[in-house]
Amino acid sequence: MKSEADSRGHFGEYGGRFVPETLTTALDQLEEAYARIAFSDEFRSELDGLLHSYAGRPTPLYCARSLSSDLGATVYLKREDLAHTGAHKINNVLGQCLLARYMGKTRVIAETGAGQHGVATATSCALMGLQCEVYMGEHDTQRQALNLFRMELLGARVHTVSSGSRTLKDATNEAMRDWVTNVRTTYYCIGSVMGPHPYPTLVRDFQRVIGLETRRQILDLEGRIPDVLMACVGGGSNAMGLFHPFLDDDGVRMIGVEAAGEGLDSGRHGAAIGAGVPGVLHGMRSLLLSDDDGQIFPAHSISAGLDYPSVGPEHAYLAGIGRAEYVSATDEEALDAFVYLSRAEGIIPALESAHAIAHARKFVPSLPKDALVVINLSGRGDKDAPLVRELLAARRSEKH
Amino acid sequence: MGRLGERLAALRERGEGALIPFVTAGDPDLETTEALIPALVDAGADAVEIGVPFSDPLGDGPTIQRASERALRSGTSLRRVLELVKNLRPRVDVPLVLMGYANCLYTMGEENFAIAAQSAGVDGIIVVDLPPEEGESLFAAVRGRDIDPVLLAAPTTTSERLARLARETRGFLYCVALTGVTGARGTLDLGIEETVKRVRASSDVPVCVGFGVSKPEHAARIAEFADGVVVGSALIDRIAAAPSPTAAVDAAAEFVASLKAPLRASGGAAAIR
Ligand SMILES: Cc1ncc(COP(=O)(O)O)c(C=O)c1O
Repeated sequence: MKSEADSRGHFGEYGGRFVPETLTTALDQLEEAYARIAFSDEFRSELDGLLHSYAGRPTPLYCARSLSSDLGATVYLKREDLAHTGAHKINNVLGQCLLARYMGKTRVIAETGAGQHGVATATSCALMGLQCEVYMGEHDTQRQALNLFRMELLGARVHTVSSGSRTLKDATNEAMRDWVTNVRTTYYCIGSVMGPHPYPTLVRDFQRVIGLETRRQILDLEGRIPDVLMACVGGGSNAMGLFHPFLDDDGVRMIGVEAAGEGLDSGRHGAAIGAGVPGVLHGMRSLLLSDDDGQIFPAHSISAGLDYPSVGPEHAYLAGIGRAEYVSATDEEALDAFVYLSRAEGIIPALESAHAIAHARKFVPSLPKDALVVINLSGRGDKDAPLVRELLAARRSEKH
Repeated sequence: MGRLGERLAALRERGEGALIPFVTAGDPDLETTEALIPALVDAGADAVEIGVPFSDPLGDGPTIQRASERALRSGTSLRRVLELVKNLRPRVDVPLVLMGYANCLYTMGEENFAIAAQSAGVDGIIVVDLPPEEGESLFAAVRGRDIDPVLLAAPTTTSERLARLARETRGFLYCVALTGVTGARGTLDLGIEETVKRVRASSDVPVCVGFGVSKPEHAARIAEFADGVVVGSALIDRIAAAPSPTAAVDAAAEFVASLKAPLRASGGAAAIR
């Protein structure tokens, strides 16, 4: 099967371009520039060079022995946590910032939740001499304070957004408003496979490197492709990057793990596929958390990167046709998995990635012993350490 | 031709500029809006844009964001806005146009919305985040119920696309006066005159200009080259600053009268023809 959007960016009933008229021309220009520049030899070799010598690609595919023996199947971790800046976000951002430079844009804006996309954007802008401004919800500037400081250190200006739920959704609203206002000079570097066409396609293409490397590495190591791929899903970029190069391999199961927050029944979660309805937000038609009047209700997750009420349209499409499965893990399960992986493998995962580990702990034991599983470890957990320390201390005092 | 087209044609005939105030329904509550709209019409409004509040209004600046928050807090929903229009309809003979975001309309369902809007007496809709490429089926549904889908054009719109928008819009073409979100601005961006001229080059459709307009001088200047003027944030700022609902209605009516006055004498767009 080929999962490709139509010429207007529709994946089945999802995707498209739902934006104020002011942005239409800019999106046309981006689409044209992307098609013309991003596949040229000059661009490709410059980007490949940066991914290799600057971002540290290829990232290792690590055979997690304790995890494997504990869960009863062969489990590999794709180590995106070892990419420069500590998450997969850099893959997309180096591509987009390079594109911005080729397009002659001098100012780059971004939205960020966990701050990983903001840090990656600030990093790439520092590298390429671009002016960088990042929008971040006030709630996230508090729970991801380290990343706020990193962005500032890298020379970016961070705008704290205090409207709405003060998280990624509201940061995205503000970034869109900035873009509507400054569209002539500004490149909007979207951080996941979401937003208006062509972003979901463009971000996916830049993240496909994860799956392409995985394919090569697992063939080298095991002589066959995996039975199961797993990744956490916020907007869905690390998951899409891993899944997409395997979509034509019918035998490969793909499992996206959304944030169940305090439980899908609690109404406090980020599971747009698990519990959402079709709707329009942030320039795309997708699944989203919306009430019967069409108002968006705030998402919730322990992890800022999954705390988003919608999801990339290609995931909504893959869920609809049944090519990929989507499940969820709660805040508590993610916290447990955060500690579990640290102890079992000596790898401290991002709270986002811990959702994928949490589901693996429940799911992998049900697989045959000879099953081959690849989990995308989308980022490292340093940014979450202060929050996790607080949460663990609170747990201990509850027990006493 | 719908009520909107007829009204703008009659004004053009008389050489008079149209004044179209925008208010967010339910800000601070629907009772106030129900008193406000007839007062705006008495003060000289030629049509009224009624904002349907949305939780994530990404085309709006702080004034309308706040207005939407107040409206949602008071329990305003699309269904209740349609009830408001139904209640107003016998008392108000100017065109009433709903302005909002796609998600609210889609959530009600295209056909359900079109039926409900027609029975309430809605004359037109403006959907901020729905360009014609994506709006095809919704716009067809409302056109089938004699409701005009009004399209927006921006300073960044190419001439080729402007011609298409002018051809496909109904009622009027809404030209956004600036590159940016809604919100009162101290000065008028005169680049808009060039945008309107580009529309005129290919089309006779009435053109109204909005976003950023905040003073009678702005309205007068716009009426020199366009059919009408939309004023939103500057009006809502006055409503929000008033000490009571009655004072808000009075302040809004007074402001609308001051904006309309220079349009009566302007000669309007007909003068440039
Ligand atoms: C480490 C990490 N993983 C995952 C995500 C979620 O984004 P996506 O679903 O686009 O991969 C984030 C977002 O901030 C992140 O920082």
